[in-house]
Amino acid sequence: MKIKTNGFTPGAPKTLLPKCPTGIQGLDEITGGGLPRGRPTLVCGGAGCGKTLLAAEFLVRGAVQFGEPGVLMAFEETEKELTANVASLGFDLAGLVRRKKIVIDYVHIERSEVQASGEYDLEGLFVRLGHAIDSIGAKRVVLDTLEVLFASLPNEAILRSELRRLFRWLKDKGVTAVITAERGRESLTRHGLEEYVSDCVILLDHRVNDQIATRHLRVVKYRGALHGTNEFPFLIGDEGISVLPITSLALNHEVSTERIATGIPRLDAMLGGKGFFCGSSILVTGTAGTGKTIISSNFAQAAGRRGERVLFFSFEESPNQIIRNMHSIGLRMEPLVKRGLLRFHSQRPSLCGLEMHLATMFKEIATFKPQVVIVDPITSLMELGTVSEGKGMVTRLIDYLKAGQVTTLFTSLTQGGHTLQQSEGGMSSLMDAWLLLQDFEGNGERNRVLYVLKARGMKHSNQIREFLISDHGIDVVDAYIGASGVLTGSARVAQADLEKAAVLSSQQEAAQLKRAVERKRAALERQISDLRADYETEALELRRIAEQVGTRTLLLGTERTASGILRQADAKAAVHPRGRARNRKVNS
Amino acid sequence: MTSPKSKTARRAPQPVKKPPAGQSPAKYVLRLFVAGATARSRQAILRVRQLCETELKGGCDLEVIDIYQQPALARINQIVATPTLIIEFPPPLRRFIGNLTSISGLLVELDLVKKVKLNL
Repeated sequence: MKIKTNGFTPGAPKTLLPKCPTGIQGLDEITGGGLPRGRPTLVCGGAGCGKTLLAAEFLVRGAVQFGEPGVLMAFEETEKELTANVASLGFDLAGLVRRKKIVIDYVHIERSEVQASGEYDLEGLFVRLGHAIDSIGAKRVVLDTLEVLFASLPNEAILRSELRRLFRWLKDKGVTAVITAERGRESLTRHGLEEYVSDCVILLDHRVNDQIATRHLRVVKYRGALHGTNEFPFLIGDEGISVLPITSLALNHEVSTERIATGIPRLDAMLGGKGFFCGSSILVTGTAGTGKTIISSNFAQAAGRRGERVLFFSFEESPNQIIRNMHSIGLRMEPLVKRGLLRFHSQRPSLCGLEMHLATMFKEIATFKPQVVIVDPITSLMELGTVSEGKGMVTRLIDYLKAGQVTTLFTSLTQGGHTLQQSEGGMSSLMDAWLLLQDFEGNGERNRVLYVLKARGMKHSNQIREFLISDHGIDVVDAYIGASGVLTGSARVAQADLEKAAVLSSQQEAAQLKRAVERKRAALERQISDLRADYETEALELRRIAEQVGTRTLLLGTERTASGILRQADAKAAVHPRGRARNRKVNS
Repeated sequence: MTSPKSKTARRAPQPVKKPPAGQSPAKYVLRLFVAGATARSRQAILRVRQLCETELKGGCDLEVIDIYQQPALARINQIVATPTLIIEFPPPLRRFIGNLTSISGLLVELDLVKKVKLNL
């Protein structure tokens, strides 16, 4: 992953003024390549600003990284003290001295021993310096608090002219010099050294704001070159000084269409089925106890499982506490920590200032190079400064992370009672996705619900979902939404039971109805068969009757014929036509 | 005052022993650091020699060092300004910075007090 440092990088013509890289993180970016080569640079600041350290680092890095030996002329600390002091930053001064990369000359003037008697010059200093430079072919020189001379030598007029000569001489020698000086009340330095050293002036500052101290560095002047003019916070860490040139980038981040799963399948489903965009910034807001840390831990765990590197900034809980707490929901994070995929960085917000926190975070991010960053919660950081400072910090953090395509999840604690828009107004517009966690209180219980308030560039669900935290992790379930509003928790369960009962009863009813119909049909069929039987008997009867009638008629006919025959003799001839007709009628 | 003089123009202890015989080992040990043959250097050397001869009556061990010739000695002796006169022997180590013109009286006074103590 490539993290761009969004520093001031002037496109100045580099040929004009040769620069001498300091090797100090960030300082070279601010100054566009380093200190002016072959010229003296004044580093001034109050007590405890890190002047000596900056100067020492300039020398050590010069000797180690750039092959430029250096001379350290110390007026305040002995060689032993200096070696011990910078050893904490991992600089092996004694070793460098042994290998003839650095010469340390401790200049000590005991005021009580010294008496003035007439005019003098600083030729002694020149000779010592010249001797030291020539002995190792030094290219860099540090004079650590030259102003001690003002306290120990008489006749300021002579001293001043001699110092002027010294700086001239240093320039003629062609060495790049760093001269430290104590900050004065009204001028940059207590004794006005800036009059003589005017090529480059760097001001260090250690300010306490709201009981929180932050170191700042500012390039006051840099003759002949463009430079960053802002105050930049800097850190003195394990690896020396790092200055953080933090200026907001233009909005030209590269974007990714890749998606990153949240570790909660139902939540992924709510986000168009695939989760968040890679490299996006996600805000999870909620009141206390709504499960923000759990969601973020879940997210971290899921990313770690995929083999991504996760950096977890925690401002409220210690790493062990988070790991223990996540055990309760079945999330085992320590294997990931052991494999180096998950790193916790826990700090109290009040430990240092906003800038310092930002600086620390940048440093952590730059060294760990994570794909996923979690900040839990961002609100406790923002409380350190004013609203605009807080917003500025978040903007810079997001810019920095987006430039490196790092997916970031911020949690934010909303205060109960505030309306959502008020409390998150400062941040929400910076975020690509916003998950809202809420408590629903009712029926003597609290239940957690979640919904996606916004998700830029993707289809997302508009539904409220209830999420349950169990031994197995997070479970997102549908909340019951009906005429009586949103039901969650036991109300939802009760409602589900109610629905089940209703279904059951209607099923029973249907079965009953079916049975009734069945019965009716059976009855009908019985009736039909009865009727049919009736009919059949009747038909039988009818047929019998008809047969009887037929037989009777036949009999009648036969009888009549018989009687006719009996009476026929005369009638047959006389009434022939009518008699025939009558006979026919009877026959038919 | 390039090589011949500066090259440890050590004034050998003079046989003339003015101070009381009992305290003969209490000799002044002076070292003068100069840088090259400048007017200031010359003045300083002159003054010190004068001092040694007149006030201390040769009861001193003077070493004049040119730091151009021996730059390492400048570091060892913590020389910053030149000329510097270091009074090494009478215990509280003192440094006199400058060409010893204007305030040579102070030096003399200081040493005179010592001398008085020594003598009396």
